[in-house]
Amino acid sequence: MAIPFFFYLFSILAVASAVLVVTARNPVHSVLFLILCFFNAAGLFVLLGAEFLAMILIVVYVGAVAVLFLFVVMMLDVDFVELREGFLNYLPIGAVIGLILMVELILLYATWHIAPDLIAHVSSPQSDSVTNTQAIGLVLYTKYVFWFQTAGLILLVAMIGAIVLTMRHKPNVKRQVIADQVARGPATSIEIREVKSGEGI
Amino acid sequence: MLEILALVGWIALQSVALLIALLIVVSLLIYFDRKVWAAVQMRRGPNVVGPWGVLQSFADLIKFALKEVIIPDGANKGVFVIAPIVTALLALSAWVVMPLNEGWAIANINVGILYVFALSSLGVYGVIMGGWASNSKYPFLSALRSAAQMVSYEVSIGFVIITVLLCAGSLNLTDIVHAQNHGLGTKLGAPASILDWYFIPLFPMFIIFFISALAETNRPPFDLVEAESELVAGFMVEYSSTPYLLFMLGEYVAITMMCAMTSVLFLGGWLPPINIAPFNMVPGVVWFMIKLVFVFFMFAMVKAVVPRYRYDQLMRLGWKVFLPISLVWVVLTSGVLVYMGWLPS
Repeated sequence: MAIPFFFYLFSILAVASAVLVVTARNPVHSVLFLILCFFNAAGLFVLLGAEFLAMILIVVYVGAVAVLFLFVVMMLDVDFVELREGFLNYLPIGAVIGLILMVELILLYATWHIAPDLIAHVSSPQSDSVTNTQAIGLVLYTKYVFWFQTAGLILLVAMIGAIVLTMRHKPNVKRQVIADQVARGPATSIEIREVKSGEGI
Repeated sequence: MLEILALVGWIALQSVALLIALLIVVSLLIYFDRKVWAAVQMRRGPNVVGPWGVLQSFADLIKFALKEVIIPDGANKGVFVIAPIVTALLALSAWVVMPLNEGWAIANINVGILYVFALSSLGVYGVIMGGWASNSKYPFLSALRSAAQMVSYEVSIGFVIITVLLCAGSLNLTDIVHAQNHGLGTKLGAPASILDWYFIPLFPMFIIFFISALAETNRPPFDLVEAESELVAGFMVEYSSTPYLLFMLGEYVAITMMCAMTSVLFLGGWLPPINIAPFNMVPGVVWFMIKLVFVFFMFAMVKAVVPRYRYDQLMRLGWKVFLPISLVWVVLTSGVLVYMGWLPS
């Protein structure tokens, strides 16, 4: 009884917040609704028994990606009216993507309904003896290690690209060099002079 | 049906008990914080309400709760009100997985440490939402600062947690404490003792975790978010009465959480310093509280003696010092564990 209740709670909230992401007038509100949507998706993962994925979803998407997203949206001066104008132009594309997704889901659900045994072979559910963190680790670092490393490499290239694009060395900018400061001592920074009385330096 | 209700009722009862205990402990810790701070500065600190001023926090609580809530005219009202609630709620809900003693965690979940890490990384939302919704300059600057700061230090906290996980072989907080029952000391033939706790083999990580915890919870010397000389009170400038109280509560509960995390990850949680007669008769929760208060004392002393960092120094420390060190230490730890065959099965 409890699981269907939570399933419907999380699903309804996820769908409602997803709709609000698109319809909210204020972009910051949209991002906040997006975060709510992520939360509910994490809740659904927990119900599926994939608690590791749920926590990673929150740590990565909500804790890091959405923070930066919110950061940018807050800083930008977005003109709401101008943003609204493009809405109808993009509607057909959005509708087509939505339709494709829906057809895919229907096909998936139909397969699951017609041949329930098939799904048991396709997605191999974890056994009870290992926790799902271990289960993911056991396949990710053995069977899929090449793809895992490739994904890491792609991210590294993207990161280097972003750094190269944004790095500027401005001339005439004084920078703090911590090593120089630490290396400084009385010998290099103080000069002791004998000052004769009444003369000054 | 009845069983489910009974279960829900039992969990609710435990949660309420934990909540009350937590709020009392936090109010006493706030008093302790102020007393330590005062002692360092040779002041007397709070000393009027109750014996030695112990009830000062409760007096403050009543004052905050009874005052009028002022919402600025230009504020985004919904977000403005939700922000402090989010802060307090996230900080409090992290405690549900904390094992105060053997089997005392309300929810002993498999991914306990990830849950705590996730919720502590969400703490930034209260600050960002509050800063943005206030529609005012200082809070907005504070929100921008906190977003960059918290994301930076989460990375090194993540790596520190990974080194501990490598040694413990579990993401469950209770199992991490159990893993500290045997280690360096027992390998040398001693009974389970303080020598087995992870702060000895992982000492650099212990230091990095402590400093990153200061930055993550916006404590001095990393309180750029509410630097009073530049930003007045940062994101809290426009807040008053109960919403302000919720922000303060969330902040101190998060600090207490970080102290508890330090004691679970590095100081053996509820384990006694040496597992022989007089020490192991003391209940584990007492040891846990002693460790928690010790770490909190360190937090308070840092606040009292260290000057505030400049913003670029803060970023440099996070990305150029802590991140490489913790990354190297992860590789080193896993290398040693594999080479010596000490990997937990």
